Amino acid sequence: MTQNEDMSAQRPVAISDHALEQLRYIRDTMERTGSFTAVPGWGGVAMGTSALVAAVIAARQTEMRMWGIVWMCEVVLALIIGTAFILRKTKHGDRSMFAAPGRQFFLSFSPPVVAGGVLSWILYQQGAWAVMPGMWLMLYGAGVVTAGAFSVRVVPIMGLCFMGLGAVAVASPAAWGNWFLAFGFGVVHIVFGLIIARRYGG
Amino acid sequence: MAKSSATKLAAVKPAPSKLATNETQALDRLIHEKVRLGIISALAASGPLTFVELRALLKTTDGNVSVHARKLEDAGYVTCTKGFEGRVPRSNYELTAEGRMAFEKYLDHLEAIVGVMRAR
Repeated sequence: MTQNEDMSAQRPVAISDHALEQLRYIRDTMERTGSFTAVPGWGGVAMGTSALVAAVIAARQTEMRMWGIVWMCEVVLALIIGTAFILRKTKHGDRSMFAAPGRQFFLSFSPPVVAGGVLSWILYQQGAWAVMPGMWLMLYGAGVVTAGAFSVRVVPIMGLCFMGLGAVAVASPAAWGNWFLAFGFGVVHIVFGLIIARRYGG
Repeated sequence: MAKSSATKLAAVKPAPSKLATNETQALDRLIHEKVRLGIISALAASGPLTFVELRALLKTTDGNVSVHARKLEDAGYVTCTKGFEGRVPRSNYELTAEGRMAFEKYLDHLEAIVGVMRAR
């Protein structure tokens, strides 16, 4: 075999390897792009901690109306904490909160949360407090699952935990509602917040 | 599509060197370059991205992203929308339908090459 024949025989193998290398590069780039999460891990930990404090305060209330107000205040506080940490995370990563992944997250997260707000108002007027913990957990979880479709896998898993917990809460005695909220918005947030913070930065 | 291309290529069975040359020529040269391929892959995976996001993802320089994104823009594979967020200028890049088709075609070609070589 001459040198030229030898080279031509080897060339296709090299191009095949090159094609494989290109395919690997495409896969890596796509995975890296998808691994960004606008969900702030430390924000989750902070939201979880505030939820635990709210659960303790809410448990001391003798009137259901006051119990509801405590949790409503916690929702507002959690939204402020979450938004502040998202802004901090996106700014730190030199990203815009309203660009691509962040925007997709909010567009997917908002509808179930808004529906939750409207239903809460209707149930509040009817005094149907017992249904609220389960509904809040399920709708918040639904928002996290849909928004998590554009984020890292751990986010939709966290959403499913909320939804599962909400489903159990709806079928459980009303007296346990406060502790379901403590476990869901408190413990689940803290655990998944720590996972996100450690694996995906911040 | 990849399977049919692979079958078609395998059926013809040209000399290995000829096949390699043909396939290399068939690859979209515009996408084949690494930075441009990175830009297209990232946009295909996540939807619109800003200039800064692309630079961070591809771990490259401003100049590189700028030059290669411009080439893709000229070819109609991506669109660039310039705007401001507060006082900060932002360039948003998005894959066009033509760009997505070209990317899918490029992937099919790569898979066909790998498929044919594995069948040998």
